[in-house]
Amino acid sequence: MSSNRNDDWLRDSHTFSKPVIAEIQRAAREGIYDIRGFGAKRHIPTFDDLVFLGASMSRYPLEGYRETCDTSVTLGTRFAKKPIELKIPVTIAGMSFGALSAQAKEALGRGASEVGTSTTTGDGGMTPEERGHSDMLVYQLLPSRYGMNPDDLRKADAIEIVVGQGAKPGGGGMLLGQKISARVAKMRHLPEGIDQRSACRHPDWTGPDDLEIKIQELREITDWEKPIYIKVGASRVYFDTMLAVKAGADVVVVDGMQGGTAATQEVFIENVGIPTLPAVRMAVAALKEAGMHRKVQLIVSGGIRTGADVAKALALGADAVSIGSAAMIAMGDNSPELDDEYRKIGSASGYYDDWHAGRDPSGISTQDPELAKNLDPSIAGRRLANYLRVLTLEAQTIARACGKSHVHNLEPEDMVALTVEAAAMSGLPLAGTDWVPGRNGY
Amino acid sequence: MCGIVGLYTKNDRLRPELGTLLSSMLIQMSDRGPDSAGVALYRNPAAEGNGKVTVQSPDLDEESMQSLQQSLDAVFGSVSLTRRANHVVIEVPGNAMEAARMIEETHTDLRVTSSGQVIEIFKEKGLPKDVVNQYRLDGVDGTHALGHTRMATESAVTTEHSHPFSTGLDLCLVHNGSLSNHNHLRRMLMSEGIRFQTDNDSEVAAGYLTWRLSQGDDLEDALNAALRDLDGFYTFAIGTKDGFAVLRDPIACKPAVLAETDDWVAMASEYRAIAQLPGAENARIWEPEPATIYTWGG
Amino acid sequence: MKEFNLDQEEIRGLNQHLHDMPSTDPNGSVTVTNPAGKHALAVGIDTPAEVTIEGHVGYYCAGMNQQATVHINGNAGPGLAENMMSGKVIVSGNASQYCGATAHGGLLVIRGDASSRCGISMKGVDIVVGGNVGHMSAFMAQTGRLVVCGDAGAALGDSIYEARLYVRGSVANLGADCIEKEMGEEHLQEVTELLEAAGMTDCKASDFRRYGSARQLYHFNIDNAY
Repeated sequence: MSSNRNDDWLRDSHTFSKPVIAEIQRAAREGIYDIRGFGAKRHIPTFDDLVFLGASMSRYPLEGYRETCDTSVTLGTRFAKKPIELKIPVTIAGMSFGALSAQAKEALGRGASEVGTSTTTGDGGMTPEERGHSDMLVYQLLPSRYGMNPDDLRKADAIEIVVGQGAKPGGGGMLLGQKISARVAKMRHLPEGIDQRSACRHPDWTGPDDLEIKIQELREITDWEKPIYIKVGASRVYFDTMLAVKAGADVVVVDGMQGGTAATQEVFIENVGIPTLPAVRMAVAALKEAGMHRKVQLIVSGGIRTGADVAKALALGADAVSIGSAAMIAMGDNSPELDDEYRKIGSASGYYDDWHAGRDPSGISTQDPELAKNLDPSIAGRRLANYLRVLTLEAQTIARACGKSHVHNLEPEDMVALTVEAAAMSGLPLAGTDWVPGRNGY
Repeated sequence: MCGIVGLYTKNDRLRPELGTLLSSMLIQMSDRGPDSAGVALYRNPAAEGNGKVTVQSPDLDEESMQSLQQSLDAVFGSVSLTRRANHVVIEVPGNAMEAARMIEETHTDLRVTSSGQVIEIFKEKGLPKDVVNQYRLDGVDGTHALGHTRMATESAVTTEHSHPFSTGLDLCLVHNGSLSNHNHLRRMLMSEGIRFQTDNDSEVAAGYLTWRLSQGDDLEDALNAALRDLDGFYTFAIGTKDGFAVLRDPIACKPAVLAETDDWVAMASEYRAIAQLPGAENARIWEPEPATIYTWGG
Repeated sequence: MKEFNLDQEEIRGLNQHLHDMPSTDPNGSVTVTNPAGKHALAVGIDTPAEVTIEGHVGYYCAGMNQQATVHINGNAGPGLAENMMSGKVIVSGNASQYCGATAHGGLLVIRGDASSRCGISMKGVDIVVGGNVGHMSAFMAQTGRLVVCGDAGAALGDSIYEARLYVRGSVANLGADCIEKEMGEEHLQEVTELLEAAGMTDCKASDFRRYGSARQLYHFNIDNAY
């Protein structure tokens, strides 16, 4: 029988697309929500929709090399006796040992230290590898308090109180049994191999009024030495930033919905939280309103990919950015050389987001000792350092082209938006017009 | 997020010092609430057949007070005015609630903060110690009082957004916490005729109680209904003509401390507000249970 | 013996002195008067000091304690001995919510009542309460032991992991995955030792009932979801 079958006439539904159909079928089969890692994959307005106004007749650029463009940042000037001095405005975001292998944590430390920036612990506590290899280490205080102890608190260079993260504002940590190895279990005081249940609220405070008292306690324990950060997932960013300032933070960290996670429900990632683009604007507006811009520093994360993203975040008013997913990719996650391996576990290089499953052939998001061996911390650290250098150089290139001798002198007026949504979200005019939707006329 | 305090005197002994004592409690709660502060004092009952309306006005001086006296006399016949900084307590003949409405309609520059026989609400932006000084609360007498220091969560820092909120006669509410369904409730209450000045969640809680009371509930019924209908985290202290009530939500994460001696009952978000009250060292101290109504003074 | 009168001195001075003690006076004693509900008193100690606080304390007293013995002759506010690692904290009166939160070790003794969320997320501490504990006590309790001579409030041991709970009085109700378990010889022994360590010898181990995890939530199963 000759085939009249011709795929040309098959029509995809926008609402019930193929991935949606596959997910409904999976849900019906398994009876449990889909869990994955990585950040929001859906199409949303990002920094791509902003462009810079480079020098021309009215503004003059800086030459490379001799006409320096400074990238240094100081974090924690408000109250801490020992603020953190970064050489570049890019830090490594919190990712747990447990979510990542020990080798990956060591690599992050090596790479960050090579270029003069900080790494951050995650849900699960501080490992000797990370403290040993990280010149500057930020220690997270999370709802679970896994691995929290005063010795590590004193060893840290800064303390980050995690209220939430961009992938799941309002959600707690998640680590499934396959990644609760003996070592992870011991650090977290959990039975080996079980699925970790995590709290979504802190155990000993609820609300910024009580958080203020908690911060006082942390400062007292560490003799007021260390900067205290408050990290929120981007949601009601204006209010959250105001409250972080009122609660006494030195630094505010805002993580947009594109921010990655090691594991959470897919619907949480894609449907809760707002994009990084409007989040930056709202956080800066709150800081300015409170008279605290540049006095309480702002770190922004969630989908930072290139030096252009870095420059745009700084131009909108951030003091620094943080990378998570990008750092993993730089180290080797989703590498094309491992495509065959990824296909064996139901994915492909460039697509792999089952970080919760712990079978990552790159050795990054796994606790399997055989797989983890695939990651050489020295090599991965070098790759990360390379990537961080590129981010910095790219940001400097753009800053110089805008006539700036310090990346912090980038300002919102150096940019315009390419779409109406991006203009509305960033508060910048649509290119070629004076129009900021909602604020003024064309 | 905020600090709340309340003091109820059981006998005459400390009534002359009510303002002084409440002020010291309020100042202890400054860290919890740096944005604004407010007090509801229950004192100096209006004469038989009269009511009291407290209003706030942006600029008050001798001259504007005189013209205010004149314009209010024109509306009501004869009123007496007592000024405290930018608030005025107006004693009017007749029902205080109706008087309040008339004042708002005829004087659009005035904002009513409370109405009733005994209640007087003073509230303003600024640190508690500044608010206390501004209204000269030291030395004011009364039978009971509530106070609030505010750290604004989701609505603006303005005078109107400050607590205590009053939406009924001699009734007021202070709130520590954050409601999660207040927008929905506000719309329902507006359709029931309750009027709101702000988008603040705490004002919704006050309006909710007023509505329940207007439907014939007593305070306890109204608070039981609140447990059912209000969603979110809260410690409420409610002031009534003769006493006060305390209620925590079922999850009870926001703090609350109660203390009692032979002379007083006090409530606060933190013990240190209670610590300096006379006799505190021998007070019975306990914490209210979640979803349980505590009332004093009828 | 050093005394701090908090009517005249700052909390910072008290805590700095305590933090300097490992090199200046490792086994020394400190008395604190007029605490008046202040917060963060005697936090982050890391030496076998003997600290006595005369009066009621605010939040987070003895937070992250290591090695020290802290006596509070009064009541304690929220978060008492949170994340304690070792040492002893003894309260003569009542403790507010989340006492012993996320603590890893040591012994916390409350002679009066503890409020809600006593021992929340505990990670190895021993807590002995002479009176009652409030609702949601031992929420997500991972490991360690909680002994309650009085009653326990609602949702005891909600989402509990491997901590062992012993209650002498009534339990309002049990939380998710928390069930009553049998008291064997080793459990009676355990309760006896803890009561002795806490100096509460007028209670008999045999009057207690044991509660712990049913372990049904250790691996997610749709039929167990709430």
